[in-house]
Amino acid sequence: MSLIEFRDVSEVYIKGAPPAVDKLSFDIDNGEFVFITGDSGSGKSTIIKLLLRELIPTSGKISVAGMDLGTMKHRKIPMYRRKVGVVFQEFRLLEDRDIYANVAFAMRVTEAKPKIIKKKVPAALSLVGLAQKYKSYPNELSGGEQQRVAIARALINEPALLLCDEPTGNLDPSNSWEIMHLLEEANERGTTVVVVTHNQEIVNEMHKRVITLNKGVIVSDVQGGEYR
Amino acid sequence: MRFSTFIYSIRQGFKNIGRNKMFSLASIATMAALIFLFGLFYAIVANFNHIVKSAEEGVAITVFFNEDATQDEINQIGADLKKRDDVLEVKYVSAEEAWESFQEEYFGDNKELAEGFKDDNPLAKSANYEVYLKNVESQDELVSYAENLPQVRKVRKSDAVAKTLSSVNVLLWYGSLGIMLILLGVSIFLISSTITVGVNVRSEEIAIMKYIGAKDGFVRLPFVIEGILIGLIGAVIPLVLFYFLYNKAVAYVMTKFSLLNNLVDFLPVSEVYRVLLPVGLLLGVGIGFLGSFVTIRKHLRA
Repeated sequence: MSLIEFRDVSEVYIKGAPPAVDKLSFDIDNGEFVFITGDSGSGKSTIIKLLLRELIPTSGKISVAGMDLGTMKHRKIPMYRRKVGVVFQEFRLLEDRDIYANVAFAMRVTEAKPKIIKKKVPAALSLVGLAQKYKSYPNELSGGEQQRVAIARALINEPALLLCDEPTGNLDPSNSWEIMHLLEEANERGTTVVVVTHNQEIVNEMHKRVITLNKGVIVSDVQGGEYR
Repeated sequence: MRFSTFIYSIRQGFKNIGRNKMFSLASIATMAALIFLFGLFYAIVANFNHIVKSAEEGVAITVFFNEDATQDEINQIGADLKKRDDVLEVKYVSAEEAWESFQEEYFGDNKELAEGFKDDNPLAKSANYEVYLKNVESQDELVSYAENLPQVRKVRKSDAVAKTLSSVNVLLWYGSLGIMLILLGVSIFLISSTITVGVNVRSEEIAIMKYIGAKDGFVRLPFVIEGILIGLIGAVIPLVLFYFLYNKAVAYVMTKFSLLNNLVDFLPVSEVYRVLLPVGLLLGVGIGFLGSFVTIRKHLRA
């Protein structure tokens, strides 16, 4: 069953300019692991922004778990986003808090009970191999470690969908692989993972579904595909 | 909203102040200056009003009677005057008392100069009622009423004092109101600017909150609490300071200008603070709340 449905989705940032994505149509099923690749300006990040409901499609329809993102009311957005985890290239951690507080923050936002927060945060940090460093601040960690904290934060609310925008963009190859393994593990536990990347080596070696974009249009969509 | 979330937001509000020490200090200082100015204006207005009120109570019209007026008719005039709502007090001054008072005023310590009039009171026909007003503005109305009473020969009034006092009073109220409204506008603008800076400084944090599903209320609350705290601290400091300075200022004025001792009676600090304390606190908290609420709301909608 499809978790994500794009139907003729276009996004025009400036009236008169060419669309960032042009009449995109594709489905992503529950439990899939999908790479979205393409050159800069191909529309990869626009897809992430549309899925985060940061943008509303200029035309077409986007459904996630049966919810129409185009007609979603402003007050419903927070509840939707709690079902979607997100990981960014720049980690986007809160520099003034230790990593325990950073991960707990995602649960506080959902108004989880303190007892549950105390139980789940150490478990999430263990999952990404940072249980011992829970008192460290982001600037005391390496890039790879910071991205692992970001993954723990994204996964702590057990989202159905994990969106990753260039998650290895700021990392060396060894750290990049660590991150990809964590994402693969999350996928094996049932989370649908969508990774926007232009890391050719990773895409080619992981043999997942690859959607390739060029100038806002899908040029290929191949199961077990390669970077083009 | 969960109680734990509320407590968390309060803690975040306090932490926000600490995180942006310089901005918070600037806001508190601005707020303190405004509340201090408000206190100063209020104290001046309240004291002037008090002084005007005392002066008003001292303004009287004098009602003289016809020579042939009987004691009953004089009593009736007194009773008619007392009936009126705008009359504070009616005092009968006999011819002898009028002469005594005149001698005091004109001859002072040299009463022997008035010896020549000893057995012949020059003010024999000057028995009168001194009528004290509740409000100096109703003087004209009362004068025309008194003039139309039977057996009233003449009514003397103090036009200059009455007019000056009432117009100064009105002017002072309008002036103070205008200044306070300007101060209010300025303070809301300043607190809003401070919160805007705070929001910009923490825009990344707000963006992350929104990405991970924070409701607007959750994002807003720490900022609103921060605004209220800034308002509260900014109000308490000048109110405490002003409490001590007021007494010192009054004591200073009284010793430096001892001439004022007989003319002016300042309000005690407790009397000033009965209004100033709740209004000052409410103003600080209100401006803090309003400034932060509106600013963060605008930002969340953007």
